[in-house]
Amino acid sequence: MFQRFAKIFDFYRQGFRSMRLGRTLWTVILIKLVVLFTLARLLLPDHLQNFPTDRERGAYVLGQLTQPPPRP
Amino acid sequence: MLESIDLTQVDWARAQFALTAMFHWIFVPLTLGLSFLVAFFESIYVKTGNPEWKRLTRFWMGLFAINFAIGVATGIIMEFEFGTNWSNYSWMVGDIFGAPLAVEGIFAFFIEATFFAVMFFGWDRVSKKTHLFATWMVAIGSNLSALWILVANGWMQLPVGMSFNPDAARFEMQNFWAVLFSPVAVSKFTHTTSSGFMLAAVFVIAVSSWFLLKQRHVEMAKRSIVVAATFGLIAGLFVAFTGDESAFTNAHHQPMKLAAMESLYHGGIPTGLIPFGILDPAKQPGDGKDAFLVKVEVPGVLSLLANRVLTSFVPGIDDLLYGNPQQHIMSTGDKIARGKLAVAGLTRYKEARQTGDAAAAASALEQLRANQDYLGYGYLNRPEDAVPSVPLTFYSFRAMIALGTVLMLVFVLFLFFSWNGRIAEQRWLLRLGVLSVFLAYLASEAGWIVAEVGRQPWAIQDLLPVTVANSNLSSATVQTTFFAFLIVFTTLLIAEIRILLKQIQTGPEGH
Repeated sequence: MFQRFAKIFDFYRQGFRSMRLGRTLWTVILIKLVVLFTLARLLLPDHLQNFPTDRERGAYVLGQLTQPPPRP
Repeated sequence: MLESIDLTQVDWARAQFALTAMFHWIFVPLTLGLSFLVAFFESIYVKTGNPEWKRLTRFWMGLFAINFAIGVATGIIMEFEFGTNWSNYSWMVGDIFGAPLAVEGIFAFFIEATFFAVMFFGWDRVSKKTHLFATWMVAIGSNLSALWILVANGWMQLPVGMSFNPDAARFEMQNFWAVLFSPVAVSKFTHTTSSGFMLAAVFVIAVSSWFLLKQRHVEMAKRSIVVAATFGLIAGLFVAFTGDESAFTNAHHQPMKLAAMESLYHGGIPTGLIPFGILDPAKQPGDGKDAFLVKVEVPGVLSLLANRVLTSFVPGIDDLLYGNPQQHIMSTGDKIARGKLAVAGLTRYKEARQTGDAAAAASALEQLRANQDYLGYGYLNRPEDAVPSVPLTFYSFRAMIALGTVLMLVFVLFLFFSWNGRIAEQRWLLRLGVLSVFLAYLASEAGWIVAEVGRQPWAIQDLLPVTVANSNLSSATVQTTFFAFLIVFTTLLIAEIRILLKQIQTGPEGH
């Protein structure tokens, strides 16, 4: 069993080590994800995460459905 | 109620999601189709044992990998935006979307990730048949991932298999199979994936045509063209069939979308189809004027397509807005009235629950349930708010069909000249082949414009308009992130295309 996992691990390790184009590609993708997530986190807060429980989140949305709050 | 909603902010939020979705859709259809083409190429290699097919397969597989990886990144951003820009919507549909997206995640992780690694790393480490199995599993897994996303989108267009919980302000799934097999979900999945197959076929033809124009890898290019053109032609027939099915489901479940697609204001028996027309930009619902400056009409065909009965009535925008008693069509004004009763019932229910008045809560709940099917209309001010952008929907629909028809002709021409052995000499056709990749992407994006603009103003058809679905953010914030995303997406798209083009220029020598 352990040998099987070791073989699988070695399979992936050798595969990633042999990547050439893949490394450049994944670098570009990681840059994209980091930049976009950072922008989104800084500028677009998820309001619902301010509420600690599902009950409070539901109450907030119900409030939106019945009477939207004043604009900020 | 709507007076406090910043419509500018809503429009910027819609624009941002549209931007992200359209960038994502640059990569996804190629993944869907190229995965199967690579599986076909490798199947031929395993069957024939000819190493040239292996070299060919590895070349296309490299391009598939680049495109696949980039598409994953754009998809993650979209799911993140659900929570940031559309938090009300995300909360309300969480129970419905949770199941399909969870299944999609499982498929993506276990099938694609596992077999993807075997497909890429296992060429000289597993048997031919094991490797071929892994390649087919990646193709099937990729398309099954698309299924769950499209089931979720299909539910937005036809919300079935659920009930609304007023205490939690959520739609709760009651019947998973109704959601999975909704007619909109089925037609959307089959039409979208088959259009991806067409696009991938065009991509292979375009790259192969470029090789033939440069007189490089001639035999590889010819082989690729034959398989891709055959695949594309079959996929194109399926696109046409499923497109017809999509129009049929639109007619029965989203009649306003169909009316906008056709710029049809007054229905009739029968109703004609307008394959070509120029809209009058001054046309407004209810003004009684002709919607067209110029048009070519084929009598009765829209009745046939919408209802499969030549002598059937197809409602127009004015019929849907102002009602048509002879055709038993309720006016949007009446729906708004009932929607406002539903919203009032929901408001009274919330207040009664807060005060602990059980009798008032029961009465309010009864009012909500009696009018719940029109809940979303309660947030509209006037009937005309229920009309999507007719010009955008109309022209995008025609662009999609016209370009799709051109691509079918491209497939036929490439097959014809491949069959008589003269493909390499037809430089005019090879240049058309290279250009056709842009036509395919335009058609692909146009289709999504029809689907998503045509369903406006609804985030969930009839139940939740986009004005209520979005998060409470300032328009300046959303505007800033729109332009920031645009700059980042465009910059990285250029980098990603350069990687793809470099790999194409390297050719199969790199394998």
